[in-house]
Amino acid sequence: MNQQQALFEYLLRLGDSDLILAQRLCELVGHAPALEEEMAIGNVALDLLGQARSWLKYAGEVEGAGRDADALAFLRNEREYRNLLIVEQSNGNFADTLARQYLFDAWHYYLLQALSASADERIAAIAAKGLKEVTYHLRRSSAWVRRLGDGTDESHAKMQVAIDEIWTYSGEMLVADEADKLLQAAGIGADLEQVKQQWQAHVAATLAEATLEQPAEDSYMQTGGKQGYHTEQLGFLLAEMQYLPRAYPGASW
Amino acid sequence: MPDPEVPVVNVVELGIVRDLCWQDDTLEVWVTPTYSGCPATHFIEEEISTALNRAGLTNHRLKQRLAPAWTTDWITETAREKLRAFGIAPPEGSAGKRSLLGEDPAVTCPQCGSTHTERVSEFGSTACKALYRCRDCLEPFDYFKCI
Repeated sequence: MNQQQALFEYLLRLGDSDLILAQRLCELVGHAPALEEEMAIGNVALDLLGQARSWLKYAGEVEGAGRDADALAFLRNEREYRNLLIVEQSNGNFADTLARQYLFDAWHYYLLQALSASADERIAAIAAKGLKEVTYHLRRSSAWVRRLGDGTDESHAKMQVAIDEIWTYSGEMLVADEADKLLQAAGIGADLEQVKQQWQAHVAATLAEATLEQPAEDSYMQTGGKQGYHTEQLGFLLAEMQYLPRAYPGASW
Repeated sequence: MPDPEVPVVNVVELGIVRDLCWQDDTLEVWVTPTYSGCPATHFIEEEISTALNRAGLTNHRLKQRLAPAWTTDWITETAREKLRAFGIAPPEGSAGKRSLLGEDPAVTCPQCGSTHTERVSEFGSTACKALYRCRDCLEPFDYFKCI
């Protein structure tokens, strides 16, 4: 793997994770438990979609095969997606949605903070812009985890189950593979070891405040999303997301 | 040219138009999106282009600039007053890290001027706003978030 190939992979991972989570969150528009939450979820999705567009546009340019952000979003198959497994998991109940969001937001926040200092100016610019938005995402999702965890017996129980169930998907975002290591060495990618420490500290503090128990540190972690091996959830999501541009190629209004 | 979602302020006052410069006989207009996913960005660029054509400046090129990232600190004082008169509370203070992560600022009600207000939701009708309510005059209102 040379640096250009690693950069393409890296940008796809950033863009795909944002895109797939945005699509998941959009499923809740019209179904959220309260109007204010629906607006919040829709706005978070919109921020992520905007960031996905910036990353995928850049990915297309790095690849140099003439694919733009739309071609990458709509005309790739499941195995070609590089998103984290955590973002493709279904919405479940409100606690499940927020547990997934919080664990992702905390990682996203520290990752973008690191990437704001990337030697690649374009990556630094997209990250610095996104970081401002993700700061609000993290503020909201961590507040909800605390409120539900330290709420009623029922909300506490549901939040604990939600954290326990999504936990197995929280490991792969903290583990560096070949592409991560290559770009970190070049000063372009983030130091995932540092992100891991920051993420762990944030999660430990939030769960403690929420009176929730943190799953065991040696829990089994699912991996593979970054290399294109996905859970059965992704295919259904893509079928819905890609239907229109595949059924009507080049459609516009 | 007015902002499509907040029509009382124009895109220069909002800090979306960053720079103008001539490259030979072509006018380059540098714009910066407010939020990464702001759905008005593309529309604003088209409107700028239309306005330039109408003014006879057909030879122009729109360029997007991401860094430095757009901040509410660029919204001019005049525009802040216009926002208030329109019923939107302008951003309070500067967009430092404290305002993003820390305590909520005391937001002044654009209707009655009371600071006795509360946040209803972190996100309002668009990504750039939060939803507030005045505890004195009881009116709900949008607050332009510091970013």
